[in-house]
Amino acid sequence: MSTLPETYNDKVIRQFATMTVIWGVVGMLVGVFIAAQLYWPALNFDIPWLSYGRLRPLHTNAVIFAFGGSGLFATSYYCVQRTCHARLFSDKLAAFTFWGWQLVIVLAAITLPLGLTQGKEYAELEWPIDLLITAVWVAYAVVFFGTLARRKIRHIFVANWFFAAYIITIALLHIFNNLSLPVTLGKSYSVYTGAVDAMVQWWYGHNAVGFFLTTAFLGMMYYFVPKQAGRPVYSYRLSVVHFWALISIYMWAGPHHLLYTALPDWVQSLGMVFSLILLAPSWGGMINGMMTLSGAWEKLRTDPILKFMIVALSFYGMSTFEGPMMSIKTVNALSHYTDWTVGHVHSGALGWVAMITIGSIYSLLPRVLGLKEMYSTRLIEQHFWVHTIGVVFYIASMWIAGVTQGLMWRATNDDGTLTYTFVESLVATYPYYLGRLLGGVLCLSGMLLMLYNTLKTLQLAKAPAAVAVPAPAHA
Amino acid sequence: MSQGWSLYIAILSIVNILAFLWLLWWTAKKRPGDRAESDTTGHVWDEDITELNRPMPRWWLNLFYLTVAFAFAYLAYYPGLGSFAGSSRWTSAGEHDAAVAAAEAKIAPVFAAFRSKPIGELARDPEALRLGRSLFANHCATCHGSDARGAKGYPNLTDADWLWGGDPDTVLATILDGRQAAMPAMAGAPGETGVAAAAVYVQKLSGQPVDDALASKGQAHFQTICAACHGPEGKGNPMLGAPNLTDDVWLYGGDFATLTATIGNGRNGQMPAHRTLLGEDRVRLAAAWVLGQSASTAASGAH
Repeated sequence: MSTLPETYNDKVIRQFATMTVIWGVVGMLVGVFIAAQLYWPALNFDIPWLSYGRLRPLHTNAVIFAFGGSGLFATSYYCVQRTCHARLFSDKLAAFTFWGWQLVIVLAAITLPLGLTQGKEYAELEWPIDLLITAVWVAYAVVFFGTLARRKIRHIFVANWFFAAYIITIALLHIFNNLSLPVTLGKSYSVYTGAVDAMVQWWYGHNAVGFFLTTAFLGMMYYFVPKQAGRPVYSYRLSVVHFWALISIYMWAGPHHLLYTALPDWVQSLGMVFSLILLAPSWGGMINGMMTLSGAWEKLRTDPILKFMIVALSFYGMSTFEGPMMSIKTVNALSHYTDWTVGHVHSGALGWVAMITIGSIYSLLPRVLGLKEMYSTRLIEQHFWVHTIGVVFYIASMWIAGVTQGLMWRATNDDGTLTYTFVESLVATYPYYLGRLLGGVLCLSGMLLMLYNTLKTLQLAKAPAAVAVPAPAHA
Repeated sequence: MSQGWSLYIAILSIVNILAFLWLLWWTAKKRPGDRAESDTTGHVWDEDITELNRPMPRWWLNLFYLTVAFAFAYLAYYPGLGSFAGSSRWTSAGEHDAAVAAAEAKIAPVFAAFRSKPIGELARDPEALRLGRSLFANHCATCHGSDARGAKGYPNLTDADWLWGGDPDTVLATILDGRQAAMPAMAGAPGETGVAAAAVYVQKLSGQPVDDALASKGQAHFQTICAACHGPEGKGNPMLGAPNLTDDVWLYGGDFATLTATIGNGRNGQMPAHRTLLGEDRVRLAAAWVLGQSASTAASGAH
């Protein structure tokens, strides 16, 4: 009996990759709009649906879960098939994850402006949407681990460890943080109270950063950097150690979001200590990525995709240094509640997450479309510069604004009274909000270049042929 | 925290750290028969992806060991391992109390220097006014505004009109122990039309042009229910914080809509107590600054 050769399921990857670009534009557009509101408050037009408090969670959900999430689905499905030499476990479940995830995003875009929220940062969506997320995520796990089980190479490639850890942990975090008592379709109450609620929320919140925005994107990096550079991964040993250290230590770091609060002292100390230990495991990924590029440095001159990746790794290294520093209690006393935190988050989000995603999608799209490269490499090069300058503008503005706020809030007179009123610190930081807006506009313009480039590339590939799964190589 | 939980936390933390230390050591160890460092591990994925068998960078390992050494030292000195208090016995509450005590020891004499002077005199002392002004900006401006002119529901402190009395001792008492005004909701007693009529009469009291027939209807209601606090002539009563209704000074507003809302639903103006928050020495200086504002406005003839 002869059977047709097995092919890869690239359809779901094309869908997710395209939506990554579209949601990237949408998410950053909302971000630019609310940055403009902070500079010109009249831009909320006295319409509740456009108020900052409702659009800000829409922005974070859109960039993290719609843009970042779609990018992770696309790259993890691509990576797990290619490195297991196997087709996805189930086409139907994979299609369900695509349509289910898009439905989650659309529902978020409707409910958040309506003001339906659990009031938990990065977990604002109400319980019916949470249940849908859970269903999609279980299907994702079945597809991913089912594909791993069908692998033709015994050894599991390092990128897949990272994707696997992220899928398992996000399920755990999502379920436990969202445990609540539903009252109506659009309202529920958390089962946790007081300081416990705060701790559970930041256990979730920090690990959403740790596992969604770090571990998963390291998985992306571990496949696409060696692939694009055509170089071996620098050190297998380093990847083993930093993987296990990273996933076991991240779990403890949440309390650094609650220093100098009602959280018990011992929890605060443990959170701070583990955040500091996190420095080396985090840098392990940066070293492995950067050193993989060593020996291919000359390619940086001609390949803007590699430029995206190396700068992403630089921002990753910078923000994972900044993070442990900010978790030190004395530094945190200055930085907490200021725009410094906002700058830190965006050096991670725009610098690391967005740039590694953009680079990987530019690398992946032509491959799943049966093309050699994107429609225009020049546009990728322009996107790189616009985006990089945008990120620098953004985080430099927020650093200055944040440190200014921190210093002004703590300044006291000889008589013990505060030197500045709150509004004075607002006046002092006001110009930097314009700098931030400019940075955001640059990043958004870059995404528009990417959208144009993507649409043109999709036009070039009318009906891409299915790619046959090659036999595993034996070294 | 029970002993069991405490042990659970301490053991889990330490085992976690020791586990990856062991992994570090185990992975770094050289074994006979290892592949050369420049060699790959022998696996190939997706046709061309391979991994090198390079050792972990020395400086990175040292960085890792350094942070772990810091962690152990920190957890020995500070609380962290369950209920173990750490050798320093440090607590955040203790640090806060010590910081407050240290600041208080430095600052208290600054304010105590004015303790013997009467408030009326302080209201003319530039140094006392400077201190009073910054106290006001920190603690009072939130409601009364940084220029002390107040807002709806928060009295203007720069005019000569006082709800509870404007002599120095009364102002001091107001700030020290707070005030709770209680204008009851009257909607139930004279009914909706009665409330409207009373509102019109109150407008008439303050000299606004009104429908006299309606006002005289309202007067009857006023005398039975409002006069108890505001007085038969509507001149108010500072003992109760009941405002004078015959002048043009309004806390919530003197238009018809606001007055019907005030009479119908009542008002509960609240001034928080500052005795424990600031202490008497500071409050006297804040009071002096407030009186100084009122006095200077009165002197300049402004309303």
